[in-house]
Amino acid sequence: MIRKLFIANRGEIALRVIRTARRMGIATVLGVSEADAHSLPARLADEAIVIGPAPSSQSYLVIGRVVSAARDAECDAVHPGYGFLSENAAFARAVTEAGMRFVGPDITTLEGMGDKLAARRLALEAGLPVLPGGEAETAEAVQARVAETGFPLLLKAVSGGGGKGMRRVDRAEDLDSALAMARAEAQAAFGNPAVYVERFVARGRHVEVQLLGDGQTALHLGTRDCSIQRRFQKLVEEAPAPAMPENARSAIEDAAVRLARHLGYRGAGTAEFLVDADDFSFYFLELNARIQVEHPVTEAITGIDLVEQQLLVAAGKPLGLTQAMVRPEGHAIEVRINAEDPDADFRPSPGRAMRAAWPAGPGIRVDTHIADGGEIPPFYDSLMGKLIVHGATRAEAVDRLADALSTLAIDGLPTTASLHRRIVADPRFAAGGVDTGFLVGLSGGPGQ
Amino acid sequence: MTEDLPLTAEDVAEIVAILENSGYREVDIATNRFRLRVARGDGAEAGFTQEWQWAGATGAGEADTGEAAGAESDPQAILAPLPGTFYHAPQPGAPPFVQPGDSVNAETVVGIVETMKLMNPVHAGRSGFVAEVIVPNATMVAKGQALVRLA
Repeated sequence: MIRKLFIANRGEIALRVIRTARRMGIATVLGVSEADAHSLPARLADEAIVIGPAPSSQSYLVIGRVVSAARDAECDAVHPGYGFLSENAAFARAVTEAGMRFVGPDITTLEGMGDKLAARRLALEAGLPVLPGGEAETAEAVQARVAETGFPLLLKAVSGGGGKGMRRVDRAEDLDSALAMARAEAQAAFGNPAVYVERFVARGRHVEVQLLGDGQTALHLGTRDCSIQRRFQKLVEEAPAPAMPENARSAIEDAAVRLARHLGYRGAGTAEFLVDADDFSFYFLELNARIQVEHPVTEAITGIDLVEQQLLVAAGKPLGLTQAMVRPEGHAIEVRINAEDPDADFRPSPGRAMRAAWPAGPGIRVDTHIADGGEIPPFYDSLMGKLIVHGATRAEAVDRLADALSTLAIDGLPTTASLHRRIVADPRFAAGGVDTGFLVGLSGGPGQ
Repeated sequence: MTEDLPLTAEDVAEIVAILENSGYREVDIATNRFRLRVARGDGAEAGFTQEWQWAGATGAGEADTGEAAGAESDPQAILAPLPGTFYHAPQPGAPPFVQPGDSVNAETVVGIVETMKLMNPVHAGRSGFVAEVIVPNATMVAKGQALVRLA
């Protein structure tokens, strides 16, 4: 059993974890930077401990400081949230060596999934389809891969994430310079210049499967579609993936469960797939070994508290759920309200929300750490809150989202809410099943 | 251990349902820990909003993210376009973008402000000569704070 939980994160996800821990009778200790010492999660945790100055490189990302704060507070488990150290194998090892439970998968899983080529190999072993392509150290090796992939192709960083070190190449003559740029970017961002080659899918959708495992068995909680992105970062997420034949959806779910069982996966995780929007063929991309920002849409349709499941598995309990017990109902959509100006190329807009009037009502959930007067410091990512709507059908959910967005009022800084109002009014979104190029064609929207 | 967190999303939805079937427009609840106002929104549709205020949680006195007062009165100054960390050079050890005496034009980059992990170039905005780099390297600056003075 977990008695006292250290939360190694900030913002809305820290608050989210506190809420479930409190309900389970688990005491919470939040490690905060100096900039977050007066934040809402710091006030609502049972204890808050300052772990360092505002920049995350001196606080949230310093393994030694986080682990010793957790140990000094006599915590018996650490929840890493998402981002920061959540998928860092060295952090998981340090937590374990200090005698605490890491709320996440085994260290070997983190190591296997942190390296995208290794993840690709593991997926192939489990019988999952992957995009044609593979490792390519030199320009000659990339040329050889072209025979498998054709053009356009994507160069991706082996240690990558967040779109860095990623390059689309349309013509053979651009290959050498694109490879040099991708390797330089990968070196700068991840300390590893290695890249690999994948076929580029012109009309791709980003579909993922929520997984739960206890090391012995694994099951899925259905699909999410996260195709609406800017700079390879998600803006809108929904569950289940809309406008997709039932057999295509279940083929993807089955593949994800095969991978989780092959890995002996423990905890909550997400298998990401690229799905061809025209013929629904799908390819494994990566497995995120943590809670995802967009997990509430899955909670809305399944009624399952994913953080509770994480904490139960971390405490050593076998899964209390079976696949037959997971019965998704209706449709849910989440939009990310970020402190960014969508009319100025998503320029960050840190500052103070003088007023934060969030939507309220049946079928509406808001996960946020920003209340009236709430501060969005310039040091961290721009997520202010997530608006989640649930309806009996997708059409009902879309209507509810439109109504909710019309009442949402954040004063004091620009947010992505104005962009979401345009998205929800777009007939392509209302129809469902848009591809990752959606924002480019949005009327009055930002070009890419 | 403090008491339960107040009011889940379901609780707030129930308050809205009660309001909707009543003649009232809003509910305002205040305790010593928080104040919650649930009211009909400003939008054309009759949706509801929830507004929270937390005692002591408003991050008072964090001037570093606010607007700088008075600094913009110096017409010779180049101001921070947004709050963040001001850097003189593109990376540690590299030569600074500008030094006193350098001539600049509108497009010249005089520094960068790092905000939310993004690097934002600061342009001079007009022609002139650098008189002084006011803010030390790697310093937090407020939006509108004077960074570099031209002559």
